[in-house]
Amino acid sequence: MREPAVIRMLPDGRRLHLHDGPIDLIIEASGTPQAISTAYKAAARRFVSILDELCSELPLLRNQAQKNSERPRGAVAQRMFAAVEPYCELCFITPMAAVAGAVAETILDSMLAVAPLDRAYVNDGGDIAIHLNENQSYKIGMVERPDRPSLFGSLEISAADPVRGIATSGWRGRSFSLGIADAVTVLADRASQADAAATIIANAVDLPGHPLIVRLPANELQPDSDLGARLVTRDLGALGENEVEQALRAGANQAQQLFAAGLIEGAALRLLGETVGVGTMGIATRALPALHGSAIQGTMHV
Amino acid sequence: MPDVFPPDTVRCDACPVLCYIKRGHAGACDRYANVEGQLVRVDPHILLDRAKSQGTPLVPFLEREGDWDGKIMKGQETFVTAIGAGTTYPDYKPAPFIVSSEVEGVDMVTVVTEGIFSYCGVKLKIDTDRHLGPERNLVRAQGEPVGHVTTAEYGSQMLSLGGVHHLTGGSKSEGRVTCETLLDLCNGKEVELTIDDGASVRVAAGKPPVVNGQQEERMRVGCGSATIGMFAKQWFGKVDDVVVVDDHITGVLSEHQAGKLLGVRETGIAIQGRRSTPGRYFQVAEPGTGWGGTNISDPLTILKPFKPKFAWPHLRLLMVSTTGEQFAYYELDETLRPVEKELPETLKESVGRIRENCEPALTTVLFMGGAGGSLRAGVTENPVKLTDSVKRKLTRVTCGGAPAYIWPGGGITFMVDVTRMPENAFGYVPTPALVAPIEFTLKKDDYAVLGGHVDYVRPLVDVLKEKERQRQLVSHAQNPWPLKPHAGSSES
Repeated sequence: MREPAVIRMLPDGRRLHLHDGPIDLIIEASGTPQAISTAYKAAARRFVSILDELCSELPLLRNQAQKNSERPRGAVAQRMFAAVEPYCELCFITPMAAVAGAVAETILDSMLAVAPLDRAYVNDGGDIAIHLNENQSYKIGMVERPDRPSLFGSLEISAADPVRGIATSGWRGRSFSLGIADAVTVLADRASQADAAATIIANAVDLPGHPLIVRLPANELQPDSDLGARLVTRDLGALGENEVEQALRAGANQAQQLFAAGLIEGAALRLLGETVGVGTMGIATRALPALHGSAIQGTMHV
Repeated sequence: MPDVFPPDTVRCDACPVLCYIKRGHAGACDRYANVEGQLVRVDPHILLDRAKSQGTPLVPFLEREGDWDGKIMKGQETFVTAIGAGTTYPDYKPAPFIVSSEVEGVDMVTVVTEGIFSYCGVKLKIDTDRHLGPERNLVRAQGEPVGHVTTAEYGSQMLSLGGVHHLTGGSKSEGRVTCETLLDLCNGKEVELTIDDGASVRVAAGKPPVVNGQQEERMRVGCGSATIGMFAKQWFGKVDDVVVVDDHITGVLSEHQAGKLLGVRETGIAIQGRRSTPGRYFQVAEPGTGWGGTNISDPLTILKPFKPKFAWPHLRLLMVSTTGEQFAYYELDETLRPVEKELPETLKESVGRIRENCEPALTTVLFMGGAGGSLRAGVTENPVKLTDSVKRKLTRVTCGGAPAYIWPGGGITFMVDVTRMPENAFGYVPTPALVAPIEFTLKKDDYAVLGGHVDYVRPLVDVLKEKERQRQLVSHAQNPWPLKPHAGSSES
């Protein structure tokens, strides 16, 4: 039975919650009441058809992206493809690696097209598209383990920064990862770019062949996974300090290359309590007070 | 494509992604899962429906179905727990849910929040007479110190785990392992603990403890001396002497007051250890996991030779532990040496009765925590008034709907039996600290008086309308209904 999409204001009266299938968006806009209302209506209108649009091309979007691949037709799917294209000759990647960021971006654009907003964000399960007018900024908290949420770092993004997209990837998250990072948070110009890059960097945080890493073929876990029989990380034993450093260094090298290529603005890589930062964005990774459960969704990004 | 999947794979049709979900896994959304071959929605915020009658088991409703009006009518029979409600830490903003409902004509308010407890721990009561380790010795999990052995109680060994020093005072990994151990114990999972110079135990709330790989079945019926007192009459005439082996107080029938009163003949039996009063011996052996919590496997080792002055050939002797799990029957030969024989039918009943009178051995886990500053600030602008209101029993404290025992004295320090709470009610934060649900229920008038966030009070029916992310369970049949007005908060 198909569940209808959920469109509702959260109890705080400020944020809009949109939910359909695996897509769950928390949206907040600042501006005049009139502008917010117009923007939220536009977001909801755009939202209701997005899942069907994506699903109509799902087999294509689950296939490896290659230079000569058939291009998808949908607007969101095209953003996905564009975001993963820079990686398609380096490694295996499918457009699905950028789906969350592309959805966030699309919804944000639909809002900005109809209303002037001071600032706004669309948070798609941790992959966030943001809009900032002059002199505006957002404070971002970073979470490493969605099952046990707490902030491991924070950063501030202001209008003068080029960053308009933030995404987090890791093996403990909802999507599978080929690497062992608890969380890789990436800042990029667009949310879809951040989403794809976070996937690539999180995959690179790894210790190939290490006996304490439990890996299983993705399709044994999710029969229709876009990763096929590739081994995805399912559990991680207690690694030594040197090993943690080695894995983080591998990921940081990858991040450094993406940074040099202009694909990202910065990244924070987190593994077993250790953090490394890459890029010019100052990411404060001191320990911050922790949050729990459903509270996290409301508080992780404001 | 579907043909190649295992037979219990389900195809989720909740959205057009149409995930194939294997048994035990969740779909791409993480909200639908395949539980035992059934498509199930997994939602976090727990509401309790009042159990209709005693003995109603805690049964999850997968989803509230259908007609809303019926639900609203039943509003007063629903209690909003803090499980999955979220927290306000470290803020002073009002608790995530402040819910009003009318119960028996009284307007009640429940303030619902998940508390983050750095000051918390668990008290483990392990029903066994086996020696787990010397008092004050460290208890370890994964090699890290997580607590210590504290004073033994009747028929049980007590461990005190967690607390702020293990959570935050030691090394990083000590804090992490302590937190994990507490979390698992509170969520009903099994945990393996080792005690310095002592035993290794596997424990889980409400389950029999496993000591050094051996599962405990029964608590002892009483100490050795008490066992003599209870069964003396049933033994009289069927056996000449009985020794009930016990690490604490070993009892001897012929010397014991109970035996004397019945006129049991003196046997001159001599026992190792320190005689306390006639027929009662301390320290007959070292503590251990053998007979009656001692380290002995052959009970004859605690007997000194029988003397011809008192004893006689063919004297019949029963040796039994305080749980009846171990027993042996002897008759003295011509040289007054005990020879083991099969237990006579006439004694089998009494040994069986010792076992029968031993209650099932369990591990109980009480979570203990202190509700401190920021949590109270989510309830009222003047936190000390909440403490005062709890002390005066105007405010009832529950954890996931389970009654909490409030310690007398300062602060809101409480204990709760984790088996009375819904499953997986606890969370954790890597601070490290435990996240536990806590609800404060009081009359609406009283809430206003103590400076509560009255502007944030929402009627229950409004909360129920937020169908998203809610899950309803039937309240634990033994728990008093948390919303019932005028009951004290510490009656558990």
